[in-house]
Amino acid sequence: MGQITLKGVRKAFGDVEVIPPLDLHINEGEFVVFVGPSGCGKSTLLRLIAGLEDVSGGEIEIDGQPSTDLPPARRGLAMVFQSYALYPHMSVKKNIAFPLKMAKADQATIDRKVENAARILNLTDYLDRRPGQLSGGQRQRVAIGRAIVREPAAFLFDEPLSNLDAALRVNMRLEISELHQKLKTTMIYVTHDQVEAMTMADKIVVLQAGRIEQVGSPLELYRSPRNRFVAGFIGSPKMNFIGGEEAAKHGADTIGIRPEHIAISTSEGAWKGTVGVSEHLGSDTFLHVETDHGVINVRGDGEVSLHAGDAVFLTPDLNQLHKFDAEGLAI
Amino acid sequence: MSTQASRAAARLMISPSVILLLLWMAVPLGMTLWFSFQRYNLLMPGQGGFTGWDNYYYFLTDPAFFTALKNTLVLVGGVLLITVVGGILLALLLDQQIFGQGIVRVLVIAPFFVMPTVSALVWKNMFFNPVNGIFAHIAQAIGLPPFDFLAQAPMLSITLIVAWQWLPFATLILLTALQSLDSEQLEAAEMDGAGAFSRFFYIMLPHLARAATVVILIQTIFLLSTFAEILVTTNGGPGNASTTLTYLVYVQSLLQFDVGGGAAGGIIAVILANIVAIFLMRMIGKNLEA
Amino acid sequence: MARKVSTRRKAIMTAIAWVIAFLIFFPILWTIILSFKSEGDAIKSPLQVLTSHWSFESYFVVQERSDYFRHFWNSVVISLGSTLIALVIAIPAAWAMAFVPGKRTKDVLMWMLSTKMMPAVGVLVPIYLMFRDWGLLDTRIGLVAVLCLMNLPIVIWMLYTYFKEIPNDILEAARMDGATLSSEILYVLTPMAVPGIASTLLLNVILAWNEAFWTLNLTAAKAAPLTAFIAAYSSPEGLFYAKLSAASTLAIAPILILGWFSQKQLVRGLTFGAVK
Repeated sequence: MGQITLKGVRKAFGDVEVIPPLDLHINEGEFVVFVGPSGCGKSTLLRLIAGLEDVSGGEIEIDGQPSTDLPPARRGLAMVFQSYALYPHMSVKKNIAFPLKMAKADQATIDRKVENAARILNLTDYLDRRPGQLSGGQRQRVAIGRAIVREPAAFLFDEPLSNLDAALRVNMRLEISELHQKLKTTMIYVTHDQVEAMTMADKIVVLQAGRIEQVGSPLELYRSPRNRFVAGFIGSPKMNFIGGEEAAKHGADTIGIRPEHIAISTSEGAWKGTVGVSEHLGSDTFLHVETDHGVINVRGDGEVSLHAGDAVFLTPDLNQLHKFDAEGLAI
Repeated sequence: MSTQASRAAARLMISPSVILLLLWMAVPLGMTLWFSFQRYNLLMPGQGGFTGWDNYYYFLTDPAFFTALKNTLVLVGGVLLITVVGGILLALLLDQQIFGQGIVRVLVIAPFFVMPTVSALVWKNMFFNPVNGIFAHIAQAIGLPPFDFLAQAPMLSITLIVAWQWLPFATLILLTALQSLDSEQLEAAEMDGAGAFSRFFYIMLPHLARAATVVILIQTIFLLSTFAEILVTTNGGPGNASTTLTYLVYVQSLLQFDVGGGAAGGIIAVILANIVAIFLMRMIGKNLEA
Repeated sequence: MARKVSTRRKAIMTAIAWVIAFLIFFPILWTIILSFKSEGDAIKSPLQVLTSHWSFESYFVVQERSDYFRHFWNSVVISLGSTLIALVIAIPAAWAMAFVPGKRTKDVLMWMLSTKMMPAVGVLVPIYLMFRDWGLLDTRIGLVAVLCLMNLPIVIWMLYTYFKEIPNDILEAARMDGATLSSEILYVLTPMAVPGIASTLLLNVILAWNEAFWTLNLTAAKAAPLTAFIAAYSSPEGLFYAKLSAASTLAIAPILILGWFSQKQLVRGLTFGAVK
């Protein structure tokens, strides 16, 4: 249960093609993250899979069943919305029970499943509250509970953590990952945050302007990005790009080097520069160094004690150097 | 953002409303237009037939038409002036911190909920009556001769009645607009050294302009059809001193049974109202985008 | 945050506001006072009126002589009936426009609004003749139909602006949860929109209750609601101030009370959402 295949799926709003024909296969039990900048079509893609939008062309198969023309309710999928989309006039219990009620399940089944979901999500004490009386994290869990009881072929998450504060986001990230390990159901998760993608995904799908730029495991994308876009999007702080002569030396149009792959020295190195801003985080130090090749971000350990105006030498780790041709493709 | 299935359902669900409104508007309006080119008098059933522009010609050249047009303008203009100026002042007052604000508000908006026939009769008898009205009693108490409002100043009296009914509406809308003004804007202006009057003229008044326009346009639409107030106070008189366009059409079609002439007048009223409506629709339409 | 103002300023503002509010409300207050007087006392000077004897007599006279409650009932049936029917027609339409907007939704909305801008007098003649030919003159059903159609654009508009505030996500969640269109509207949309639907109902009942063009022109005696019943007092015979006041008080009291509850929605409904 939970295989999803997209064949040549495309979507146009009027004359504007937001998703050019696209193929994608999602395996059973996989945690897939669609990631990309806002407006890249990742949410639209999710809504096409959900059936909340019609495809303009192509086919969607869920568990081998042609599902392109099925209404959302009959695709056997569950969705957790960015706004949680809880029914404000119903208690937590009724919210979670709603899909079962729509499926005309008997009361005993409903009670059992709701209790089970509430236990998994630590909501047992809140079953009689209204959504308005819950915290953001609790609402999130109710939304997930409503999805769980349907026992769907796959869960769809549409930027579920973007309305939570930073600390809660880290927590919920863990909870969702744990849930995935527990349920082993396919999950498709949409986010613009590459940290979420890196930490949660089995497989990341990087999208830009409706096109799939690369599909792969988090480490694959980190180690061997297929093009400049993926290289720049995955990893934090961002990869540094250097063009011109320096790139030509390495036989490329542009070279890229991640901040963590640059050695810092006060006496000697490949590139000379001056520290602009230094950010001391305790565990790490981020330096913005002004060099002849532009500003280069460097990540050092917490002990680096360089400050604005200090002279510094940088040496890239050549094994970790990424080379791109004029089209931005990795060489 | 929807699927074909939901769009089909949407069309189905919207169609009863559209069809009903279409029938409600198009059919009678088409008939009015048709009648307006016919000789059609209920008292003279035999003499039908097409008369071209005759009905319009008679209606537009009737001296009563000009009186009616003038009276309509006086009524609409007078009520708008009183309600907008009074409404702004009242809104400013109600926006202050006062004791019993809720009750004051309730008292001020009450006239809007009084049905037109009641307010017209109450004013006509209890206030304007030259013998028993309150104004007559007051005049008597200070030694002035009684004044027969509805006979001697019919348009002024009707304007007062209608303004009393619509003042709450203007106040309420302007007050709502005033309260939606971001107080930080006012505080910023205060920090910039603007005094109370500058704050009113440079910040509050421009903010109210939109709401005031809405008030003017909506009231105009309703005021153009003022009917009951005239019917129960003056019957359009004395003579036709307080006959408005709406009332004239009513007299012509339902009292003189001249369906053709009344229809022509109706079409003219529709055209006049539409001129106002176009402006109103533009404003509301703009708001739809946001 | 409202700043604290000096008590003196607050006291002055309070005095001004109360005086003005009293003057604006005075005609209504005076009507209520006169309704508790005898006909002889009601025409005296204001001071004498206040000190004269109070009684309920006029109320009994109004009911006995003119069968007040029949007209009251006509008003209830006509205003409530026309509004409820309009709601049933309008809810699906507003759902469609709010949640499945298409390219022409805006045009449809504006067109509906434009029907409301049409002066009634423009269609008076044909409606009158149709009513006469179909035997609808002076019937409640005829008035219910006319007022329902007259208020339908406002009902649709008000519902539309309320529905617009309900996030589409929630309806989509219901769809994902397996709800059919009818359960989506019945179990999710309608309960969430109850406050909006209630205020739409309230405002339109008020508008229909006070409507005084069609009710005056299309009724005579049988189906006459309170607007037309009160208008009959315009040609008086003998002393009638107290009776007029009693009838008027009864006619406006229910709507005054309803109206006070709907202050906020009034603005929104009557400006078609242009001022909120």
